[in-house]
Amino acid sequence: MIYKVISKAEFKRFIDALVQNNSAFGPRLVDTDSRGESVYQFQPVSSVEEIAFDYTRTASSAKHFFLPFREELSQFHFHDDDWEQNVSYEANPVVLVGLRACDISALNILDDVLLNSHFPSACYLAKRKNTFVIGMDHLPLPDCFCKSLAHHTVSTGFNLFCSDIGEKYYLSINSSKAFTYLKEFQTEEPSHEDNCLLTERRKLISRSFQTEVDVTSLPSILDIEFDSPVWEKWGAKCLNCGTCAMVCPSCYCYSVEERFNIDLKGASRNRKLYSCNLVDFAVVAGGHNFRPKNGDRLKYRYYHQHRGFAENANQQICVGCNRCGRACLAGINPKDVINDLRMEKESCMICVSQSPART
Amino acid sequence: MKNPVYTFEKLKFASFEFTCCEGCQLQFANREASLEAFFSLLDVRTFREISSEKHDDYDIAFVEGSISRSDEIERLLAIRRQAKTLVAFGTCACFGGVNSLKNCHSMDECIAEVYPGLPVETLPIRKISDFVKVDLSIPGCPVAKKEVERIVVSLVTGSLATLPKYPVCVECKEQLNTCLFDLGEICLGPITRAGCDAVCTTGKTPCLGCRGPADDINFPAFLELVGERGLNRSDLKEKLGFYNAFEAYPCQ
Repeated sequence: MIYKVISKAEFKRFIDALVQNNSAFGPRLVDTDSRGESVYQFQPVSSVEEIAFDYTRTASSAKHFFLPFREELSQFHFHDDDWEQNVSYEANPVVLVGLRACDISALNILDDVLLNSHFPSACYLAKRKNTFVIGMDHLPLPDCFCKSLAHHTVSTGFNLFCSDIGEKYYLSINSSKAFTYLKEFQTEEPSHEDNCLLTERRKLISRSFQTEVDVTSLPSILDIEFDSPVWEKWGAKCLNCGTCAMVCPSCYCYSVEERFNIDLKGASRNRKLYSCNLVDFAVVAGGHNFRPKNGDRLKYRYYHQHRGFAENANQQICVGCNRCGRACLAGINPKDVINDLRMEKESCMICVSQSPART
Repeated sequence: MKNPVYTFEKLKFASFEFTCCEGCQLQFANREASLEAFFSLLDVRTFREISSEKHDDYDIAFVEGSISRSDEIERLLAIRRQAKTLVAFGTCACFGGVNSLKNCHSMDECIAEVYPGLPVETLPIRKISDFVKVDLSIPGCPVAKKEVERIVVSLVTGSLATLPKYPVCVECKEQLNTCLFDLGEICLGPITRAGCDAVCTTGKTPCLGCRGPADDINFPAFLELVGERGLNRSDLKEKLGFYNAFEAYPCQ
């Protein structure tokens, strides 16, 4: 990693040059909700002025730039008595501005799943390699709990990360591409004072968290609480709408479908992001549904996020952005569900572990 | 009709309309780029909107519209007797559709309003499955041609013809829309079957449920949501009743 500082005015010129000359996306104000809160999404940007650098969070994550909601995986062409498969995974270069540390952590988790597994995804790889990721730090929002999962800072998975140290940005340069682009702009070596400001900034971020979710031992608590009534309680609220997984930066489950083209001369194989909360997620051929109940489906979302992957890859998938909690119309959110599970266990402990009376 | 690997038969196809605007049948003419390929899957035996020829030897009947007269019942029963596969085509056929608003009034009132002084027979609106067995439903006001293409290809190739089982929210999130509940509206998206690509909500118009309920919806949780957001219950009832698609889910 190479570190530089850049004045905010020069930084704007740098971003402007990048977004004017590339297919670029950044946070933009798209609506004001009925409570008067601004709603942001990653949207196309063609000038620096269009980017809302002071945005809170985007309602949907940046996942779909790498793992589109729908994607054609291959085409099949029938000819003579045979057929051939064509796979194309060219991806055009994209610049993504303004991702938060937790969003980049989510990409690193997707890398683990989709690149570092037995069957790497070429489609994902092409997009990941061709996307120039610029991260920006921020002060946590009241419901951010990424610190509980140690994702409030990030040290890999981006091209450039910008920390706001007042008059300047402190740049962590993590790719030769970013280094080369920045050569055209005026940057300086960080001074002793800049380093102190960065440390102060990190401390400020770290102590500004208002929401903490205790995720220690969560994989084993989830094992123990497999039959907990907590699942039925929260399941009864769930609308099965899949919104949580759609907005999540790290939910990657998908369905694959093969279809004839309308001229019947070929076919396509298509991937569609899915959600374990959708009613037919666990339906198999013949129609049997392994998870017919809301509570079961909700449980498995938490199991995948906080247990399954933790057991296999030693990390939970959730990065603590609480997009799912904010988007859920039924008011289901990780903090309350996880605390409910812990309470269940802890109240239990209290009733069995009364201290013996002193004699 | 033969592609290089498989041989398929064209569908011996007929299209009929009852009480409706015929807008769903008009969708057959949509998506011009694939129109030729689409119609090469069909051997059109009867289709009043596009052809004056009329043959009764069809196997598959697409039926648009709801039932509002006794002669319509007779025609529908005759179609059922001929068709090996009967498809309820569009919201009116599937649920009664917007025509069902008529059922809020007495039939005499309706005649006096629309055809004053004329001897007109009219019945309360019914969906076609109230009279005949329906093999497949393609809901929508109007139907989505892309989905119609997909289902016709499935019928020709003998693969499963299915609709999405999940609600509109999935497709609405794909479009990165702001949730209309967050904008203070009642939207039926969380309980309505997807497949429309969330076209209404993408235009910031709340979903009125033209595609009917998704599979296994959590209706009590939906009612609670509307209550918790302090939204108007009579507005909800009006939306649920708009296409008569939520008959099975009474809302007090």
